[in-house]
Amino acid sequence: QSDKEYVGFATLPNQVHRKSVKKGFDFTLLVAGESGLGKSTLVNSLFLTDLHKDRKLLNAEERINQTVEITKHTVDIEEKGVKLKLTIVDTPGFGDAVNNTECWKPITDYIDQQFEQYFRDESGLNRKNIQDNRVHCCLYFIPPFGHGLRPVDVQFMKALMEKVNVVPLISKADCLTPGEMKKMKDRVREETDKYGLKVYQFPDCDSDEDEEFKQQDRELKESTPFAVIGSNTVVEARGQRVRGRLYPWGIVEVENPSHCDFVKLRNMLIRTHMHDLKDITCDVHYENYRAQCIQQMTSKLTQDNRVESPIPILPLSTPDVETEKLIKMKDEELRRMQEMLQKMQQQMHEQDL
Amino acid sequence: MAATDVDVFSNEEKRSLSLGGHVGFDSLPHQLVSKSVTQGFCFNILCVGETGIGKSTLMNTLFNTMFENEEASHYQNGVYLRPRTYDLQESNVHLKLTIVDTVGFGDQINKEDSYRPIVDYIDTQFENYLQEELKIKRSLFNYHDTRIHICLYFISPTGHSLKSLDLVTMKKLDSKVNIIPIIAKADTISKSELHKFKIKIMSELVSNGVQIYQFPTDDEAVTEINSSMNAHLPFAVVGSIEEVKVGNKMVRARQYPWGVVQVENESHCDFVKLREMLIRVNMEDLREQTHARHYELYRRCKLEEMGFKDTDPDSQPFSLQETYEAKRKEFLSDLQRKEEEMRQMFVNKVKETEAELKEKERELHDKFEQLKRMHQEEKRKVEEKRRDLEEEMNAFNRRKVAAETLSLSQPLKKDKDKKN
Repeated sequence: QSDKEYVGFATLPNQVHRKSVKKGFDFTLLVAGESGLGKSTLVNSLFLTDLHKDRKLLNAEERINQTVEITKHTVDIEEKGVKLKLTIVDTPGFGDAVNNTECWKPITDYIDQQFEQYFRDESGLNRKNIQDNRVHCCLYFIPPFGHGLRPVDVQFMKALMEKVNVVPLISKADCLTPGEMKKMKDRVREETDKYGLKVYQFPDCDSDEDEEFKQQDRELKESTPFAVIGSNTVVEARGQRVRGRLYPWGIVEVENPSHCDFVKLRNMLIRTHMHDLKDITCDVHYENYRAQCIQQMTSKLTQDNRVESPIPILPLSTPDVETEKLIKMKDEELRRMQEMLQKMQQQMHEQDL
Repeated sequence: MAATDVDVFSNEEKRSLSLGGHVGFDSLPHQLVSKSVTQGFCFNILCVGETGIGKSTLMNTLFNTMFENEEASHYQNGVYLRPRTYDLQESNVHLKLTIVDTVGFGDQINKEDSYRPIVDYIDTQFENYLQEELKIKRSLFNYHDTRIHICLYFISPTGHSLKSLDLVTMKKLDSKVNIIPIIAKADTISKSELHKFKIKIMSELVSNGVQIYQFPTDDEAVTEINSSMNAHLPFAVVGSIEEVKVGNKMVRARQYPWGVVQVENESHCDFVKLREMLIRVNMEDLREQTHARHYELYRRCKLEEMGFKDTDPDSQPFSLQETYEAKRKEFLSDLQRKEEEMRQMFVNKVKETEAELKEKERELHDKFEQLKRMHQEEKRKVEEKRRDLEEEMNAFNRRKVAAETLSLSQPLKKDKDKKN
């Protein structure tokens, strides 16, 4: 009986799973922050590879007038048959020069370029093999040495929040004691609200999830911004070999949740919310860009159309204050003359009587 | 006169004599010491570093006291210096300590001018001292010396190298003040990273020609310790005022989930070395260097700028007083000339304005005349019109009367006709 009623579309998730494994996934991650905050080390720790072999670090002298570069590293990694094409976009030079005015411009330009390229591809005739290079997530590294967000942090996040999912991180978290860490996180959250910065928000979990999952979700949301530590070295701690940092006073374990939020970040970024980040990039940021683009194009078209019409029209640009004043004065004079004329006519009429 | 006296002394042969008994002038150093103790000492520290890097905490830790300090905000428009003076006492030694903080350093997006307020402050202190020295009635022994004796430059523990701002700032400061670079918040760097970091920093400083303070190695008593300390620069420090129980003692430390960083443990950080060098061994040398080297350099540059020289073209020694007098006369005559010029200009301007006013007055008068004439013309016309109108009215009235009388006789006839 149940066999007859069983239609079979409950297997859809499995079909989706199969197809996606066959197709493979891609993810683009942008890391930004000043030199020396552990960005490369963290990326290595997250994806358990060494992406930055043989890189050359600049001296202080060379960095005085440094401009921001954009570098891309793409790797193909595979786990249990699932293939991931991971692209890490690095921003060497950000915030390193003495004058950092608008140092985020190369980054916003890069993001816009990827949107533009996708927009063109999407509008093209042959859409079979579109390459999606849009940036899905931006990890922004906040230095732990200060009292919270600095002006350059605020400006950067303001410039990028409408274009990409921004995930702020407190870097080198082994610099802060638990009390100081709490103060720092509270500060950053306060300042994020104060300056109206829109960072990536975790979607609320469904109300039919079990209590444990909801609890985890709450904990995750309460511990933002994540305080992270990265390491390229493996040390021996508590009888195990773990990624960590060896100090004379103890060993910091990267994957120990009581030491730092690395595990939370990894879970969020890779294990649970990677697809959500991609969705928001496609559905929100890209759509915003696309709508803006189209609006600009159509307003330009209508402008051009108007110029060609035979009817003389006022110039579209607002006249400057001077000419406006003159026009007003002349109008006034005209009106007065008309009134006087009327009066005189009336008088003449009366006199004729 | 003094110059010739000294010459006489150095040309004479100096003879060493041996004493027949104990005279007692071996107590001179003690007399000097007791005099300076009664006078009290003064020491001025400048802390340069980004907001939140640990400047105030380190000062508290070094001097084992709580200097009052509000947390600075990251959103200052520029860099400004905040000096605070405290009176400290240890045993019977009084210390007037001034700590100068750089508020807002490193926070601006454009840091090109960040070094300027610091350099200006240091120069101002030198200038004040110079003014006191040049006074006629001066009291140098009573003068509160605010010249900066030591600049602690706090380097951010990135683990790579100096920041570009650090390099630019230290280059501007190295000829004006003794600089000791220190690595702040050093509990975030592991031992091997620290070793590489220190080497990189020192090599960057050397290759860019930045002169940092070297602990003196010419005094045998401290040669050994100083030269070994020189090798540990820059000091990697950790500051803390909180105490943690380690073993059975309370020590100043920072408590982490993975361990306790003890401030005074030499294998954890270089705090003890810094305290030793800065306060216990070389404080007096720092004061001397500031006065004998940095201040003298400033003074020489300043006076040369003003046009003073030690010897004139004929190699005869110039007296400061004579040069000063000559300069003063020059300046006064300059001043007089300028005054004359300005007075001339003023008189000319007044004449011009007067002429203009006269011209305008004449114009107004002409206009008035013109208007008056127009008015009279108008009045005449209106009069004419009025007369015309009156005439018309009169004519009309006559016609009216005529018509009325006519009409009066008419209706009688009509009535008669009607009745008929």
